[in-house]
Amino acid sequence: MLSYALRRLITTIPTLFVIITVAFFMMRLAPGGPFDSDRALPPEIEKNIMAAYDLDKPLVEQYFLYLGRILTADFGPSLKIRDFSVGELILSGAPASMQLGLSAIVLALVIGVSLGTLAALRQNTGADFSIMTVSMIGIAVPNFVMAPFLSLVFGIYLNLLPTSGWGGGALQYKIMPIIALALPQIAYVARLTRGSMVEVLHSNYVRTARAKGLREQLVVVRHALKGAIMPVVSYLGPATAAVMTGSVVIESIFGVPGIGTYFVNAALNRDYPLVMGVVIIYAVLIMLLNLLVDLLYAVLDPKVRYV
Amino acid sequence: MLLKNFKRVALGVGLAVALTGTAQAEKVLRVGNDGEPQSMDPHYISTVQTSRISDDMTLGLLTYGQDGEPIAGAAESWTISEDGKTYTFKIRDHMWSDGTPVTAHDFVYAWQRILKPDTGAEYASLLYIIEGAEDVNTGKGGPEVLAAEAVDDKTLRVQLTAAAPYFLAQLTHQTAFPVPRHMVEKHGRDWTKPENIVVNGPYKLVNWTPNVSTELVKNDKFYDAENVAIDRVIYYSMEDRTAIQKRFRAGEIDVGRDIASEQIDWLRENMADSLRIAPYAGIYYYVFRSDTEPFNDVRVRKALSMAINREVITDKVLRTGELPAYSFVPPGTGNYGEPQYADWKGEPYGEVFEKAKGLLAEAGYGPDKPLKVTLRYNTSENHKRIAVAVQSMWKKLGVNAELFNTDGKIHYSDLKQGDFQVARAGWIADYNDAQNFLFLLETKTGPINYSKFGSEKFDGLMAEAGAVVDLGQRAKILGEAEAVAMEGQPIAPIYYYVSKQLVSPNVVGWVDNAPDRHVTRFLDLKQ
Repeated sequence: MLSYALRRLITTIPTLFVIITVAFFMMRLAPGGPFDSDRALPPEIEKNIMAAYDLDKPLVEQYFLYLGRILTADFGPSLKIRDFSVGELILSGAPASMQLGLSAIVLALVIGVSLGTLAALRQNTGADFSIMTVSMIGIAVPNFVMAPFLSLVFGIYLNLLPTSGWGGGALQYKIMPIIALALPQIAYVARLTRGSMVEVLHSNYVRTARAKGLREQLVVVRHALKGAIMPVVSYLGPATAAVMTGSVVIESIFGVPGIGTYFVNAALNRDYPLVMGVVIIYAVLIMLLNLLVDLLYAVLDPKVRYV
Repeated sequence: MLLKNFKRVALGVGLAVALTGTAQAEKVLRVGNDGEPQSMDPHYISTVQTSRISDDMTLGLLTYGQDGEPIAGAAESWTISEDGKTYTFKIRDHMWSDGTPVTAHDFVYAWQRILKPDTGAEYASLLYIIEGAEDVNTGKGGPEVLAAEAVDDKTLRVQLTAAAPYFLAQLTHQTAFPVPRHMVEKHGRDWTKPENIVVNGPYKLVNWTPNVSTELVKNDKFYDAENVAIDRVIYYSMEDRTAIQKRFRAGEIDVGRDIASEQIDWLRENMADSLRIAPYAGIYYYVFRSDTEPFNDVRVRKALSMAINREVITDKVLRTGELPAYSFVPPGTGNYGEPQYADWKGEPYGEVFEKAKGLLAEAGYGPDKPLKVTLRYNTSENHKRIAVAVQSMWKKLGVNAELFNTDGKIHYSDLKQGDFQVARAGWIADYNDAQNFLFLLETKTGPINYSKFGSEKFDGLMAEAGAVVDLGQRAKILGEAEAVAMEGQPIAPIYYYVSKQLVSPNVVGWVDNAPDRHVTRFLDLKQ
């Protein structure tokens, strides 16, 4: 398994290279530049600025300059927040995004799997219908509705939690963003778990386990759940990467100092180095998590063996 | 023993009370700023959200007073030569926050720095009024050709290319701010980091967490520190207008620098004592590409402009206190009288609309040959609502307008390249002077003269105004120029901007003003 993991890690390098290349050129194909705004610049000033950032050089030359720089872990300066380099911005924002994302995923896993299992065991009963209805709502209500709603109820009407802000990372500031991030994930995980659980509960090995006279609790937790969790595990890879890199909606509504905002704002601002920085982070994260998921398969499913 | 313990406890309690006492006495102003700052280096600032912070930290030769009018800042006095071209400033006796005196050399150094091409400063062209500035910025001359000279430590002499009555107002802008040469040279790009920065203004940066906040504390070395009441200012970076509103309602911020306009009715009803809407020196307009078909015909431009029912847009579509615009220069702009309004202002809309129909028919458009145009706007809910309203007004005129929406970057890039027929644009004054609006229609302005107006008469009048010293005379000529523009309608003014914000009744000293400047040193908080 170790050699498999190593091989997979090595193949990420060419993949990453392709992603960087495609992202670099696609971004530069987008019309408009970082310094186009309602305060249009006189041509001579624009020339000065372009030169200051090497943006006046031929595109291919800029590409190789960029490649050279990222090899030394230099992501360049941000074109919009000029007092920080892209590296500094990502380093300052990543901890908040990752903390929130990881907490939300753990929450989603615990609650989602429990609810999904319960629904499957009580298939076609009131409990099943209510859990599935609630999770359907969880999926259908976008977080730009859910987040302001939570903040209005808990922040203003009940006055239990701060409406937004970070407060240096104090727990009460994190509760609402975590819940808002976790809700749709809980709903997905619950539906996935229920679906595969229903199937597994009717399979032969579960029937055998029951026939052997095992306690229902053991049948469900040790035998059925182990099989039923597979789709959830494969969903978790990309989902974790997505929540850990932050959400622009949650971050701007709750004032979280994460990196999620950069995905959208950097692209809209044509802040080229920042766009590249977040693309690389996201790509690396998603490749690592997918690898982790594949390795988890081997642990969970005796049929999967890596050599 | 008991007594000893008691003493200890008493001492502890006393200390705790004393500490809480100081903590309570610290006055903290919390501002919901509607955007992330760009830089703490005045030379790299181009957004108003950043300049609010910068204005609290740096004192230009002149600075904003409580009412937004320029007052003496780092210069305590000045004289102007008779031809209006030579300014001599006497620098106030004051120091940077590390105790180094501020001298005339700091200004010369700063201006040369912002103009040097390799600095890559976006806003450097604002200083072009200084002799030699353009040459430095375009690389035609070294920094020494700039006609700003430190006669001695306390005297700064500046030579202008033309008599410009707005020069003093312009000195309040961050492009003309001093920078501490000794720190910039020592730390380079990092001189603005909280551990390095030194300032000559009332507040000093202590922390900047991207996407969260920028925090400033009172600078005890500020020359007028005894009259500064607020000890600490926190600017929260908040792009989301609804979040600003919620934090304000929850009492987590004292000032919200923008509102969620769609909730204006609720705000008017429930938070009337905090809602501040005031005229703001800016114009929202539509620009016609006036050098190509069909808008090279003045009748078409006028007809389309006349058919826009501005009162409907301000009173029914926007409803946030904006005023319908019939001139390019907003009323109340400095060094100017009453703006020159379009000649149909004040006539009933029905009659104006009939005239517009007539003009369009004269230009050869009608039911047999309907006019088709593309109306472009950049992404924003309000731009869209206005465009839809205008589209339906033009429809009644027999004009088919196709709406075309792109994000801001593409929009402005295409506008500069002239790739549009009619497009939405806006302008907020950099300094309070009519010239700062009218120059947008001048031919020499280049790509940001989006309409490509190119009226010789207009250009001539603008040049004439630039050479006149007498303020009254200059205002008259600028007025004539605006009249030419209103007759030619290369742009259709739609409304004059207003500033919209939430200010807690606890904030003392907030004076609504057209430049929308509210420097913290003049504010206080009720305890």
